[in-house]
Amino acid sequence: MADTMQFDLVSPERRLASVPVREVRLPGSDGDLTAMPGHAPTIVTLRPGLVTVVAADGTQTEFAVTGGFAEINGESVSLLAERGHPRGEMTQEILDEMIRDAHRRRKSVEQKRDSVGEEIVTAAVKMLADMEALGTHVGLDPKQATIPD
Amino acid sequence: MPSLKDLKNRIGSVKNTRKITKAMQMVAAAKLRRAQEAAEAARPYADRMAAVMAGLTATASGSGTAPRLLAGTGEDRRHLLVVMTAERGLAGGFNSSIVKLARQHAELLRGQGKQVAILTVGKKGREQLKRDYGSLFVSHVDLSEVKRVGYDNARAIAEDVLDRFEAGEFDVATIFYNRFESVISQIPTARQIIPAEAPEGDASGASALYDYEPGEEAILAELLPRSVATQIFAALLENAASEQGARMSAMDNATRNAGDMIDRLTTEYNRSRQAAITKELIEIISGAEAL
Repeated sequence: MADTMQFDLVSPERRLASVPVREVRLPGSDGDLTAMPGHAPTIVTLRPGLVTVVAADGTQTEFAVTGGFAEINGESVSLLAERGHPRGEMTQEILDEMIRDAHRRRKSVEQKRDSVGEEIVTAAVKMLADMEALGTHVGLDPKQATIPD
Repeated sequence: MPSLKDLKNRIGSVKNTRKITKAMQMVAAAKLRRAQEAAEAARPYADRMAAVMAGLTATASGSGTAPRLLAGTGEDRRHLLVVMTAERGLAGGFNSSIVKLARQHAELLRGQGKQVAILTVGKKGREQLKRDYGSLFVSHVDLSEVKRVGYDNARAIAEDVLDRFEAGEFDVATIFYNRFESVISQIPTARQIIPAEAPEGDASGASALYDYEPGEEAILAELLPRSVATQIFAALLENAASEQGARMSAMDNATRNAGDMIDRLTTEYNRSRQAAITKELIEIISGAEAL
């Protein structure tokens, strides 16, 4: 069995990374998971969080993603994220923007609570909480974002 | 017969026009390259998305509990046409060809007694459709301030469309845009985005292979709205490349026509100048002979 697998991180606008890796740690929406070569083919949805990529020589790279999904099979991991940033490029402005987005989404689904159902509202609230946790995790302040009314 | 002065002015003005069209052509060429690169860069995401969707829809569409975005509302009565055109003209038949296709579609649907609503993206399409279909407009997306279309633009359009779908405003949504074939050929295309059309190709094998976490239904429910946004984004990018391509070839033609016109006018100018000289000579000679 090969000891590396191909990792692709793509956003709708461009390919952010494409490297051979030893393992990938993903923030799945039902819990974190690690994908290594030979993993059973799986498709998982992701919550906002950090994706850790371990390259063949053991160096770790982290990416902050705002959710999306990953397609895992024995030889490759393809991560489709709406937004993704290398951890080093995460700035307060980017985080603020992400959190603002999440606030806006929560607000809009709460207004439509009756038509969309409780589940979606819960999901939006959870999304926001995850986003804030992500901010704290990378050492930024999630409270700085202005909450749109 | 125009005077020499008139001809000279004409030539001058056509030369200026040629300079402008030439410049526009070159600008379009540079923008086209960038638009093509953007379309190229977006392809991996769209391809993967399509592949995953193909696997999911193949199993879900038979199950009977498929989400409404996939299965439809069970009716085919109210249609939403999303007409995507450019914000600017002077791009040959670019805008007209999209509008023509949308118009045919609208007429066909109305002929079948169906209800049609139109959502326009881009000013030019709105202007052309206003006279006949003004009463059917439900919304307009203005991209004139947008220098480069991004995924955010597509997502905003998708959210608007999805909200309307949720609110039960329509049963079927179709997008109209120009598919970029080459610089000289852009193909007006209609594509149904809601309910999601079953992707072509053999997808039956793909889905059985995968484990889904959380369940297939949950993933599908999350992916369908995203897939709509991705398709709109792809269409916007194709449109942007097509627009520049169409403008480039239109301006190339215009430049060439201006060149031909300058040649013709110059010949005419030289002829009249020659005629004037000859006339003067005859006057002098006949004057001398009379003495």
